[in-house]
Amino acid sequence: MKMLDPTSEQKPAQRERVKRPQSLAGLTIGLLDISKNRGDVFLDRIETHLTQRNLKVNRYIKPTFTRPAPIELQQQIATECDVVVEGLAD
Amino acid sequence: MSTHSLIAVVKQDCPTCALIAPVLREIGKRDDSLAVYTQDNPDFPTGIANLIDDTGLEQSYRLNIETVPTLLRFEKGREVARTVGWHRGDWETVSGFSPLGADLPETRPGCGSKSIEPGIVEKLAVQFGETVLAARRIEVGSLEDEIETCFERGWSDGLPVVPPTEERIMHMLSGTTRSPGELVGIVPPNYNKCTVEKVAINAVLAGCKPEYLPVVLTAVETALTEAFGMHGLLATTFFAGPMIVVNGPITRKIGMNARVNALGQGNRANATIGRALQLVIRNIGGGIPGGIDRAMLGNPGKYTFCFAEREDDSPWESLAVERGYSPDASTVSLFAASGVTPIMDQASRDPDALCRSFAACLKADGHPKHANSPPPVLVISPEHTRRYADAGWSKTRFRDTLNQYLQLPVAELLSGAGGIPEGIRAIDKETLPKFRNNTLHIVRAGGDAGLFSALISSWGGSQSITKEITP
Repeated sequence: MKMLDPTSEQKPAQRERVKRPQSLAGLTIGLLDISKNRGDVFLDRIETHLTQRNLKVNRYIKPTFTRPAPIELQQQIATECDVVVEGLAD
Repeated sequence: MSTHSLIAVVKQDCPTCALIAPVLREIGKRDDSLAVYTQDNPDFPTGIANLIDDTGLEQSYRLNIETVPTLLRFEKGREVARTVGWHRGDWETVSGFSPLGADLPETRPGCGSKSIEPGIVEKLAVQFGETVLAARRIEVGSLEDEIETCFERGWSDGLPVVPPTEERIMHMLSGTTRSPGELVGIVPPNYNKCTVEKVAINAVLAGCKPEYLPVVLTAVETALTEAFGMHGLLATTFFAGPMIVVNGPITRKIGMNARVNALGQGNRANATIGRALQLVIRNIGGGIPGGIDRAMLGNPGKYTFCFAEREDDSPWESLAVERGYSPDASTVSLFAASGVTPIMDQASRDPDALCRSFAACLKADGHPKHANSPPPVLVISPEHTRRYADAGWSKTRFRDTLNQYLQLPVAELLSGAGGIPEGIRAIDKETLPKFRNNTLHIVRAGGDAGLFSALISSWGGSQSITKEITP
């Protein structure tokens, strides 16, 4: 389907990504384990690196990698974190 | 090679087409230039040498067929004659063969062409027409939900919008005689150009019917006048947003609500016209809440605020007539509106007493100690209007009497008076008018029952403007 742009077309036609933060200082970083094998090993190392830099890290885990995260978990991450690192494959 | 050709356009679903099938076979036998375009069944009618499948309706659209059967004669590539339905004499003239269909009745009306069915005509105009819409195309992936896409792109006021497809926009544009590329104005706060096409796209988003488009276009033009001051109205921290009052015959033609719940929900024209204006400001102007829209609280009328004056059974001249327009003219009036405050008086039987009562309520507009306030709209109900009509009061007398009771004693307005710092510094006057230049906009609306009226508070940076609606 094609739609016609109702705006003044000042923005790119492709949707823009959310702006990435310039620095992680002062931000809360979420680490989301999607429950795939050894994802926790990868995220443990990331957490070690981040905490060594005195950054605040929260850990989350999806019940299963086969489905999207439950809404409640999505909302929890969105309200508690500024950025999220998610492992997508094993 | 012959210099002429014959074209017939038919569909099987049409009894007249079925009736004249033998005539087409007869013409085909005698004139091999005959081409028959068929709109539904590619095999109908049988026995035609040059039978062309037009189930895509391209030729029907290009030949501007409104009725089937249609018989056309071309000479040197130019159409020189056409007849619609079955009229023996006409068919004989156009085809050049006589007699034709001797055993058929003299005449039979045809049926509607498939190319002009509702919904189809816009599709064909998009596929084959010459009108080119200029707006950028946004591709929606096959797995995406198009309404969610509209939300994600920020095109919505928070409620679902109608996805603006080419077909819907073409259909919307059929509501105006103006060309899609015509400039309507420059929309604040970003001062972007706004064409008829862009207004139509936002009218589609809002859920308008094509016949509402002239009202929307005029509302947008009115909002963009310097005096109305849309930029300031958008940017203010105050509550206000644009409110549209429509007068004249168009309100009845498009079924606007001026009666029960006129300021409320439930009427498509009221709801979508007001919403379309707000979407134009949002999408074309870039007026986003929290961006340039700095309203501290806003008000629910900023989704949509549009209604018609109940003028058909009014004892008084309408707002538009007061402003110099004929009762036969259809107009749009724009106001900066900050929300609805009830005025309740179920006891006053005397018109003068009711004026005092109204004045007491109106004095609280904004703050009881504010004078020279921007003129609000008083929406007077039919039952309250009747108090004045029964007593033989004109609208002018009502207004003058009301203004008389809207003079505020300066002593009560001074900062500190009543223990309230809000107020004015001492001035050399006994009284000040509640409303600037003693102006008050009066509009009649509402259901038959209810001794209530309404104060619609305004905002100081905007002037109410009226414009006549043109097709």
